[in-house]
Amino acid sequence: MKLTREEVRQVAVLARLALNEEEFNELYGKFNEVLEFVETINNIDTENVEPTYYLMPVQNVWRSDEAHQPLAPEDVFLDAPERDGSFFKVPRIL
Amino acid sequence: MEIFDLTVYQLKEMMEKGTITAREITSVVLARIRQFDADIRAYVTVTEEDALAAAQEVDQRRKDGEKLPPLAGIPLGLKDNICTKGVRTTCSSHMLDNFIPPYNATVVEKLNKCGAVLTGKLNMDEFAMGSTTEFSAFFPTHNPWDLERVPGGSSGGPAAAVAAGEAIYALGSDTGGSARQPASFCGIVGMKPTYGLISRSGVVPFASSLDQVGTLTKDVRDCALVLNAIAGHDPKDNASAAVDIPDYTTFLTGNIKGKKIGVPKEQLGDRLDPRVADVFKKALDKLEELGAVVDECSFPHAASAVPAYHIIAPAEASSNLARFDGVRYGYRAVPDDGKEYDLLEMYMKTRGEGFGPEVKRRIMMGTYVLSSGCYEKFYLKALKVRTLIRNEYQRLFQDYDVLVTPTSPYLPFRLGDEVDDPLELYHSDSYTIPVNMAGLPAISLPCGFAEGLPVGMQLIAPAFAEGRILQVAHAFEQNTPYHQQRPPLKEKKGSES
Repeated sequence: MKLTREEVRQVAVLARLALNEEEFNELYGKFNEVLEFVETINNIDTENVEPTYYLMPVQNVWRSDEAHQPLAPEDVFLDAPERDGSFFKVPRIL
Repeated sequence: MEIFDLTVYQLKEMMEKGTITAREITSVVLARIRQFDADIRAYVTVTEEDALAAAQEVDQRRKDGEKLPPLAGIPLGLKDNICTKGVRTTCSSHMLDNFIPPYNATVVEKLNKCGAVLTGKLNMDEFAMGSTTEFSAFFPTHNPWDLERVPGGSSGGPAAAVAAGEAIYALGSDTGGSARQPASFCGIVGMKPTYGLISRSGVVPFASSLDQVGTLTKDVRDCALVLNAIAGHDPKDNASAAVDIPDYTTFLTGNIKGKKIGVPKEQLGDRLDPRVADVFKKALDKLEELGAVVDECSFPHAASAVPAYHIIAPAEASSNLARFDGVRYGYRAVPDDGKEYDLLEMYMKTRGEGFGPEVKRRIMMGTYVLSSGCYEKFYLKALKVRTLIRNEYQRLFQDYDVLVTPTSPYLPFRLGDEVDDPLELYHSDSYTIPVNMAGLPAISLPCGFAEGLPVGMQLIAPAFAEGRILQVAHAFEQNTPYHQQRPPLKEKKGSES
């Protein structure tokens, strides 16, 4: 199975990746090459086999509801590209 | 041997006897970095002043009569995906060029408590995606054994630094072989412990169901000492195991008589370089000579681990890397014409400009295999294949104490040779990937040389049986000279790289 250029462009939008034309061409070929390779697992018989989602037999890791010292606000905003007081600032949404 | 060639254990003994100080050791390692790192390029960031200050503090504490842990005063490097408070942590990506973590990873906290001396942050494939360190967004790292060759990856910086004496030991991470394969390429010991043994809190995630912190050391005893310091339950990592941690040095008995060792024959197939096969066979003979019972066994699903991994790992990566959106930290794209992007444009440009080509390929693949209509055919199917792989290991460990394979089918590649062929690179990890798929512990240790290049052997054990592989690895090491060999480094005077 090979994806069309349009389909791969749609995946890039879903992945929130802006790709220039040269980059897209390069990625397009390799993407299909890898896709054909990983598809080979469909030749393996997995009838009646359960999937392994987690390797550890742990479920619902709880902790007691105790207050801990969180990061100080100045530390939280240390790496923010843009902030406005105690908010992260983003471009206009509406 | 020179100071920078010695192990953690040897240097600890010398410090305890008072024949050397932590500051002296640290100065030697820093000088080594200054002398050779222009050629090797293992370091992204060197923390010279902090290292000297930390070493001096250890010396003072020792002078005051304090009994210190084995790692106190020993210089180490950290892969640049392990968060260090106040020290730039880049994942070798433009996305995190300027990222200064506000907290330490749990492993860093643990090392700090031991009085460890951090000399700096080490180069890697961007976000740990790669097998050569050529996907670093900054520069490739060179193999100390042959500067024209890659050090392996993605923990290429850590492995090259330890091999070159630019760090006494290092921590890396291992999602599909990223600690073991570079250890093999650089002629040192690399351990990927059981999934859940070491906390990943503060280690930038790649594929959360596969990621584990790895160690890079010059020998097996050092590996045990480092594991002692960093293993253990951490409530900050949901997949952290609440198991008792033994003293791993107690397994270093030197005796492996009667140990049953299985060699999966499917992993000695077409791809295996005959020069690696030759060295590996001699290593098996050595294990037999030491009293182990070495047998060929069958692991029919070994080959399916690679394609299944390249569905699961990108799927998890596409989700984990969604956090890089230009809002809270990291790079944000800004239009150069003075206008403003809208939110979607900002996301897309930020990620398009911030990530390199291999990271983009994997995010794309992950996004696709999780998209509606594809989930069952790819992701769910891969998780079922993963069950088959786990079952096969379980079956094999009923008959064998450990399994052994070469760590990599190949000798270190020449720089630039494989970087454009993703499938070839993916196959180069085909002996290490199945181990992560099952969450098992495995070690790579030097088992010989081919054409002057190191060859590594991988030992695999059941979950939480790190002691078993340390025992076999240690016995092998004590009866072979390979772990004592150091690369013959000469400065490339007047040349540029």
